[in-house]
Amino acid sequence: MAEYKRSSLIASAPSGYCPGCLHSLATRLISDVLDELGQAQNSLNVISVGCSALNIKYWGGDFLSVAHGRAPAAATGIKRVNPERLVFAYQGDGDLAAIGLAEIMSAANRGENFTVIFANNQTYGMTGGQMAPTTLEGQVTTTTVNGRDPSTTGYPLKMCELISTLKAPAYVARFALNSPKGINQARAGIKKAFQLQMQGKGFTFVELLTNCPTNWHLSPLKTLEYMDTNTIPYFTPGIYKDCEVDAE
Amino acid sequence: MIQINERLCKDCKYCVKFCPKQILETGSVRNSRGHFYPVVTDPEKCISCGICATVCPEGAIELPAKGDDLNG
Repeated sequence: MAEYKRSSLIASAPSGYCPGCLHSLATRLISDVLDELGQAQNSLNVISVGCSALNIKYWGGDFLSVAHGRAPAAATGIKRVNPERLVFAYQGDGDLAAIGLAEIMSAANRGENFTVIFANNQTYGMTGGQMAPTTLEGQVTTTTVNGRDPSTTGYPLKMCELISTLKAPAYVARFALNSPKGINQARAGIKKAFQLQMQGKGFTFVELLTNCPTNWHLSPLKTLEYMDTNTIPYFTPGIYKDCEVDAE
Repeated sequence: MIQINERLCKDCKYCVKFCPKQILETGSVRNSRGHFYPVVTDPEKCISCGICATVCPEGAIELPAKGDDLNG
């Protein structure tokens, strides 16, 4: 690494996130990429509801805070009237895969030309660690105290796999933020998604596997191990759709 | 050599875990928010790989460009 400086987009103040929370790492990666692309002042961050919204406290660029799950709908309107802006929605798994499932699938199916960054930590972090659609089988939450039982609550939703079945999306990928390698891949993936949006290629979706030390009741370091042994085997990282590769 | 902005640190220990030279460790002094922050135990061994900066969620570790770094 030649040089690294904290992005101009995240003010010189601590984030609002818990110690070790990978939401703050995801926010930092996005801001780094926007700086690198020279889009920091041209970007518009559509902020959802949940812990994902905590970056509202220190995000230095333009942003719009919208109703629960509706970020793709709001981003659609913003991008259509401001096609020159780099628009992205930052959503958590409760926001995107539960209440906002209709909005994300519809926006993806229409091939709207914006980017969704999806932080998947398999729980509702802000409201106290309830089961989310992405909670793993057997994972203990405050609403699945004996572990998630698929016979009554279904199976964890795989959003990348779902969205990649649609024809319209230009780029669909999943990365895990629990290792330097995964972080560097995620940075490259976010950059590619933003570049495709700048080229007008259509809907781009980047899922980031994150953690929740507070509600998983694990130390930050233990959450990284938990992700290796539980999260990553189920939510397989990889590029699920890439319009540039598909065109070849 | 890296620069640690101790004020931003939340003591997650990711930098300590991933430093390939194992020259970061949690110090014994707390910052203004009550978190212990990492210290470089052997600056001579730092190879400026930037992995600590890569894994820091808070962006509390920076790697200055050559010339900006007075410590070599």
